[in-house]
Amino acid sequence: MEFGLSEEQVMLQDSLARFLAGTGGLERTRTFAAGKDRRAPDVLQGLAELGVTGLIIPEVHGGVGLSLLDAALAAEQLGRFVAPSPFAATAVMAPLALIRAGDAGQQATWLPKLASGAVVAGVALSEITGARDGAGVEARDGRLYGRAQFVVDYEADLYVVADRARGLHLVAADAPGLTRTDFRTIDASRPTGELVFDGVVAEPLKAGDAPAAVRAMIDAGRVMLAADTLGAAQEMLDQAVAYAKGRVQFGRAIASFQAVKHMCAEMAASLEPCRALVWYAGHALDHLPEEASVMACHAKAHLSEVGTFVARTATEVHGGMGFTDLVGLHYWFKRIGFNRQVLGGPQVVRAEAAALQGLVA
Amino acid sequence: MDLSYSPEYEAFRTELRGFLEANRSQAPGHGGNGLAWQKLLIGNGYAARTIPQEYGGYGGEPDILKSRIIAEEFARAQLSPGLGGQGISMLVPTLLEVGSEDQKRQFIGPTLRGEMLWCQGYSEPNAGSDLAAVATKGVLEGDHWVINGQKIWTSTAHLAHWIFCLVRTEPDAPKHEGISFLLFDMKTPGIEIRPLVDMTGAANFNEVFFTDVRVPAHQIVGRRGEGWKVANAILRHERGSLADPNVMQSRLNALIDLMKAETLDGSRVIDNPVYRDRLMTIQGRVQALRCNDLRLLSAAVNRQSAPLAGMVVKLQGTELRHELEGFAVDVLGELGLLYGDTPRLRGGGSWQRDYMYFLGLIIGGGTSQIQKNIIAERGLDMPREPKPAKA
Ligand SMILES: Cc1cc2nc3c(=O)[nH]c(=O)nc-3n(C[C@H](O)[C@H](O)[C@H](O)COP(=O)(O)OP(=O)(O)OC[C@H]3O[C@@H](n4cnc5c(N)ncnc54)[C@H](O)[C@@H]3O)c2cc1C
Ligand SMILES: Cc1cc2nc3c(=O)[nH]c(=O)nc-3n(C[C@H](O)[C@H](O)[C@H](O)COP(=O)(O)OP(=O)(O)OC[C@H]3O[C@@H](n4cnc5c(N)ncnc54)[C@H](O)[C@@H]3O)c2cc1C
Repeated sequence: MEFGLSEEQVMLQDSLARFLAGTGGLERTRTFAAGKDRRAPDVLQGLAELGVTGLIIPEVHGGVGLSLLDAALAAEQLGRFVAPSPFAATAVMAPLALIRAGDAGQQATWLPKLASGAVVAGVALSEITGARDGAGVEARDGRLYGRAQFVVDYEADLYVVADRARGLHLVAADAPGLTRTDFRTIDASRPTGELVFDGVVAEPLKAGDAPAAVRAMIDAGRVMLAADTLGAAQEMLDQAVAYAKGRVQFGRAIASFQAVKHMCAEMAASLEPCRALVWYAGHALDHLPEEASVMACHAKAHLSEVGTFVARTATEVHGGMGFTDLVGLHYWFKRIGFNRQVLGGPQVVRAEAAALQGLVA
Repeated sequence: MDLSYSPEYEAFRTELRGFLEANRSQAPGHGGNGLAWQKLLIGNGYAARTIPQEYGGYGGEPDILKSRIIAEEFARAQLSPGLGGQGISMLVPTLLEVGSEDQKRQFIGPTLRGEMLWCQGYSEPNAGSDLAAVATKGVLEGDHWVINGQKIWTSTAHLAHWIFCLVRTEPDAPKHEGISFLLFDMKTPGIEIRPLVDMTGAANFNEVFFTDVRVPAHQIVGRRGEGWKVANAILRHERGSLADPNVMQSRLNALIDLMKAETLDGSRVIDNPVYRDRLMTIQGRVQALRCNDLRLLSAAVNRQSAPLAGMVVKLQGTELRHELEGFAVDVLGELGLLYGDTPRLRGGGSWQRDYMYFLGLIIGGGTSQIQKNIIAERGLDMPREPKPAKA
């Protein structure tokens, strides 16, 4: 019985944290947000060198062959540093689609490129976790029609698209008939947008059980977003505690006011059990198939709620400064806000958790 | 990460399941008697497992996983895991740690067998959160302590044979160094017990008054003035035990059953999405605490530390349990108001009762605000509260 991180897992987190701090951390995200480039190739390159883009891809395909829990630990660090980098789709959901539903040729073609970071893959399945504006994609005679919004890791070379029947398809970003429309969201660290398919010729992934692969992709994607929120919220709490210790008002460090201490204690008390929840949900993805989907829902919904609480409270501890762009706390606030809605907001995900347990008539 | 148990532990579990099946009829609530059941459990190593045989225990090696399996299997079989109470959960560990050889021999065995019931005499009207302010006086006269003062909120004092009690014996020493930890018989002349009715309507705790109560001098645990240290060694035990996430899980399962059984305008409450959303919110939080508990278990087994994960248990656990019970009252609506001997009562009134009872546990054993002080100061290294003036 061991429910904790191994030495290797701690090392993975440490080396990733060192790398991300070395890119400039928040400052790198600021330049990304201010610039015209929709990608940060230096960050992606570094992640590829550390093996992060190929974390769950089997070694025969040039990856590292680690578990989805390891991927969640990586996501946690990306959230902690608000890294301007694709991850949940390109490193987790798209490889899962190929591994679970792709044939040998498709795997051999794409997995090594995803692992090396040479190709970034976005995932378009938001219509399955909740369609807005009547969006959705249909497949007819090898062609795709319709619209997919809020594509995860949208700034990509390749898309894995789920149609309404939960069939999976590969589409190149420059495929004829595909129109991309960039969105601007609160979260400047991860671009998103929509794809319009007008009879786009697509390559189906049909070697495996595609609907089951879609389920696995959603579960894993949700755990990655939950882990990202864990990292972001922990960082906000750490910054709030540090700020409170240094900030003097009324002749005292504000950290000595009980109101401020209790805000910090409440954040810590709600966040600390989240760490174990994310570990468990990450572990369940690979090892506890009966629990995986429900635990992914709980991780996603609960981390969204706690993340939102921490994002607000940590900002308040910073007083007026928290509201400014100077300390940049809002980058984490917005990152947590993005993670909350994508792949299903808490109400949507909880409804699904109930249905998965047979609690819905 | 590996959530499986080795074959040795699986065998232990199988053996325990067999034991529980074979002996079910001897368990209290199934035709058996509590004291005999306790004896049977100790004899087989399922209660008092790690307590040495010479003190009346089973004498097993400490093994956190076996303890865990025992807790899980008794809960699963819905059988009593043996006697509890403050004597077994608090005094016995204290004596094992700091008691004299004579004290261990005299008190541990009868306490484990349920022949000796204890109450915890810590809080006083002016010493609740600020426990070190206890003012009950103990003066050494010859070979006896003479005790005068008052305790309050003393749970089970009306049933207890003995009390473990914090008494100020060194009036001139600094606040935390003037307290001694004394044990005495509740039949000693000069003790008056007045029941205190709590908000659930029960009188589980009491006010206890001491007038010239004479206690033999050797009935002190640790040395004079060391009572604060002795008491603190086990307050931590108490805090964790007030919020067992496995109990919370069974309560959640009962809540789901309730929502399936109860109807509102002819439809099952579980089919109402608003209630269902709230249920799922609570389930997510229960899962988080269960995972946190698993992390603490693993940290203990593998000698790793997760201090913050431990500090949040009492605060999060009691507040969530209170919320869970309160939500069940909402599920019942007006029916949730029914209480006591009345038609249409649900679950014996347990939802409403536990809703109130857990408010008591949010307060008892260190209030939520005190837990937050601890988390901020010890967990996040924020400045300590200013120390009040010397008592
Ligand atoms: C949108 C906005 C507009 C503003 N416009 C103006 C303006 O036009 N003109 C102007 O002069 N100012 C303006 N302000 C400044 C505003 O009045 C201050 O930000 C506010 O009074 C808090 O002070 P602070 O930012 O220094 O935070 P701090 O005082 O440093 O507070 C930081 C944290 O410590 C807590 N804290 C501080 N002292 C105590 C205490 N004694 N007990 C318990 N907790 C404590 C606070 O509640 C907060 O959570 C504006 C601020 C904002 C956010
Ligand atoms: C169900 C139940 C069973 C109990 N059983 C026992 C028992 O068997 N034996 C025993 O000895 N005692 C027992 N107690 C007493 C219990 O330990 C005390 O009630 C508890 O420690 C709080 O003390 P108090 O009631 O004096 O409240 P107070 O200390 O007066 O607190 C009142 C309020 O002030 C807040 N407060 C106090 N100090 C601070 C601070 N420094 N910072 C912030 N807020 C503060 C508290 O959080 C609380 O909200 C029991 C209590 C309950 C409710």
